[in-house]
Amino acid sequence: MSNDTSTTPDDSKALDGPLPEERPEPQGKRNAQGIRIDPEAEAELDPERVTLSALVLHEPGVLAQVSSLFSRRQFNIESLTVGLTENPDRARITLVIEETRPGVEQAKKQLAKLVPVAAVRELERDATLRELALIKVSSEHPDKVQALAEMYGGQAVDAGAETITVEITGQRPQIENAVEAFERFGVREITRTGTAALARGATETAESGHPPNAPMNDD
Amino acid sequence: MSDHERDEADATNGEPVPDGGETAAGQAGATAPGSAAERGAGDEGSDPGVDEPPTDESDQRAAERPVGTGAQSVVRALENADIEYLFGVQGGAIMPVYDALYDSEQLTHVTMAHEQGASHAADAFGIVSGDPGVCLATSGPGATNLVTGIADADMDSDPMIALTGQVSTEMVGNDAFQETDTTGVTDPITKHNSFATDPDTVGDDVGEALALADSGRPGPTLVDLPKDVTNGETDREPGAPQMPETYTVQKSADRTNVVSAARAIEEADQPAILAGGGIIKGDASQELYEFATEYELPVVTTMPALGAFPEDHELSMSMAGMHGTGFANMAITHTDLLIGIGTRFDDRLTGGIETFAPDAEVVHVDIDPAEISKNIHADYPLIGDAGTVIEQLHDQIDRAPDADEWRDQCVEWKEEYPMDYPVPEDRPLQPEFVVEALDEATGDDAIVTTGVGQHQMWACQYWEFTEPRTWVSSHGLGTMGYGMPAAVGARLAADDEQDVVCFEGDGSFLMTLQELSVAVREELDVTVAVLNNEYVGMVRQWQDAFFEGRHAASEYGWCPEFDKLAEAFGARGWAVDDYDEVADAVEAAVDYDGPSVIDFRIDPQANVYPMVPSGGDNGKFALSEGQL
Repeated sequence: MSNDTSTTPDDSKALDGPLPEERPEPQGKRNAQGIRIDPEAEAELDPERVTLSALVLHEPGVLAQVSSLFSRRQFNIESLTVGLTENPDRARITLVIEETRPGVEQAKKQLAKLVPVAAVRELERDATLRELALIKVSSEHPDKVQALAEMYGGQAVDAGAETITVEITGQRPQIENAVEAFERFGVREITRTGTAALARGATETAESGHPPNAPMNDD
Repeated sequence: MSDHERDEADATNGEPVPDGGETAAGQAGATAPGSAAERGAGDEGSDPGVDEPPTDESDQRAAERPVGTGAQSVVRALENADIEYLFGVQGGAIMPVYDALYDSEQLTHVTMAHEQGASHAADAFGIVSGDPGVCLATSGPGATNLVTGIADADMDSDPMIALTGQVSTEMVGNDAFQETDTTGVTDPITKHNSFATDPDTVGDDVGEALALADSGRPGPTLVDLPKDVTNGETDREPGAPQMPETYTVQKSADRTNVVSAARAIEEADQPAILAGGGIIKGDASQELYEFATEYELPVVTTMPALGAFPEDHELSMSMAGMHGTGFANMAITHTDLLIGIGTRFDDRLTGGIETFAPDAEVVHVDIDPAEISKNIHADYPLIGDAGTVIEQLHDQIDRAPDADEWRDQCVEWKEEYPMDYPVPEDRPLQPEFVVEALDEATGDDAIVTTGVGQHQMWACQYWEFTEPRTWVSSHGLGTMGYGMPAAVGARLAADDEQDVVCFEGDGSFLMTLQELSVAVREELDVTVAVLNNEYVGMVRQWQDAFFEGRHAASEYGWCPEFDKLAEAFGARGWAVDDYDEVADAVEAAVDYDGPSVIDFRIDPQANVYPMVPSGGDNGKFALSEGQL
């Protein structure tokens, strides 16, 4: 049955059966995410920027575990913050990631799978999001610096002979704008935090009652 | 405690929803405020000796030999979990634990030649017994030598616990002698690890690690044991093992999804089951058999699932993937409904994602939600324990799918793509013949361990597996040298009457053959079959196919005489060059009550077929090098 003539003489093995090109072929195709698609019209998935909130055990090593997870699985992190919560046994990690929808879902599940993670939730677009920036500029024009800081809802928090440091909090675009606006005063140094976030209204940001190993719905 | 029914209100219109079925939290004992148990989730409650309160036996042990140190508490936690064997190597920072072991009648420690061997032996023990295997090592190099075996257990979801010595707490961070950040190094390759901080609670840490290792999706856990903690005084007996309050396992799938999947199965024209290693870990072979035979569903297996479904059954399509059978790969390529159970759709199984089961809707059963739609999109996600979900499906299906034609097609493929290998008279011994000879000479329940490479694939293909927990190999990590230490662990976990056969390649065997000394010292009845082609054969095969035959660093041209080496170790050894010597040597080696090695000098040019090149199309498997 084997009429394959290209077998090299050294190759002692050649099993019987129709050649690859003689076999029936399936009709369908999957994309790189393993989703069946129309072979004629393959659409690229766009990445989205989403905020994830994770309630974790407040113990050593958890932050390292989370950041190592995101690094080794090649999830794109925009920012990561960690801090205390109302419960002394729990810390909250807020992550902003940029991934395609299947990537976001996978990131949530991998995060929830870590043993010290109690709950994970993807926040809605209307969630309260805040970042903080400290911007140190030259103190040549203190009044103008103060006025600009106030325009962005911020304030001067340190002033000396050479420098003034202002604090701005707000959503990311507001921080970006402020940083740009202060450039004209000669920025010496900037430090920025990642995003801290809470869900709107009575919605719990990451309910501790959520079974962490079950996939989460977006609602 | 009662099972906690999740609100299913979000399951609308009978459409498949992300599976949020019943959840059980693995919490025993006291209920912490806000914990899963308080919220009404149930006790997992199916792990004997894990979630139960201390037994009379543990009380008796405590009365006879009360705990006095952290190390003794570690030993007591192992005893309370009914551990019998430990595999390890002594060393400075772990000495307090070994000293405590000295007094235990229940625990038998097997000293291995190298810590890597200890981790593989513990891994294999876990695979065969279903209970966590235990390995021990000292800090620094002891711990880092365990790493390969821990990573191996992690990739294959095997229940295992590693206990590592550590320098004293006050020295940690100072680059002390034999100090390594063991919890840091092993974080990505363990299910969970912990650093013990207190002699009073170190036994509980070990109990928790044991409980986690074999609950839900199994995996390796590790407890790092600083010397001051194990040496430290305590009179506290470890409590009943308690799962972390944040850990929950979903045992049964969401009913709505089960109903949708059941309808899809009823309506399928070309259904196929893809049985994964989760069938074996979940002890679901019986449920799988009843399900597949009642609805006459052809069963393809992954490599870790060899033995999950009897390969001599007419519905068995054997193993699919890179070196799977032609008929398995045809079935998996042309099925219109693939029921994957306990599989993570590894790339050696799927080949290129684009061409994997491209016409199939996928029902995916897995206990780990993170595996659902990770590699292959699940049209019907069913999160839960394999056996439980199979029974849920079984109860829900009203009629078998109308698939007579499909089954005829599967039979036709078996005839079209037979695994009959040529036996050319002018060529040396063919390896498949050796595998078949050993299969014939041993019992149906014989356990096979292997290294990694061509010999491993021939063992997959030409050994007929009919029972679960008889195939012990390194699947995900692909660790050469796994076979010999795994045979040590498998032998101690197996029943006395079960044969244990280890297939190794010459290159693979050379990586860990010092563990043969352990088999000799411990008088373990194992038969090692070296399929010796004086090559790193799989690399040589790839070089011939993809690198114009340039044999860079794959050609040994010389190997030690493994039969004589075996004799030098105190084992029995044979060397076999011809077909007519095979049967006698196999019989003598299998009959010998102790470790034996047969050096089979096989055809150095023998290749493994069928073969799907990496990332290739399963349906286009090659039957010879020319087809690659």
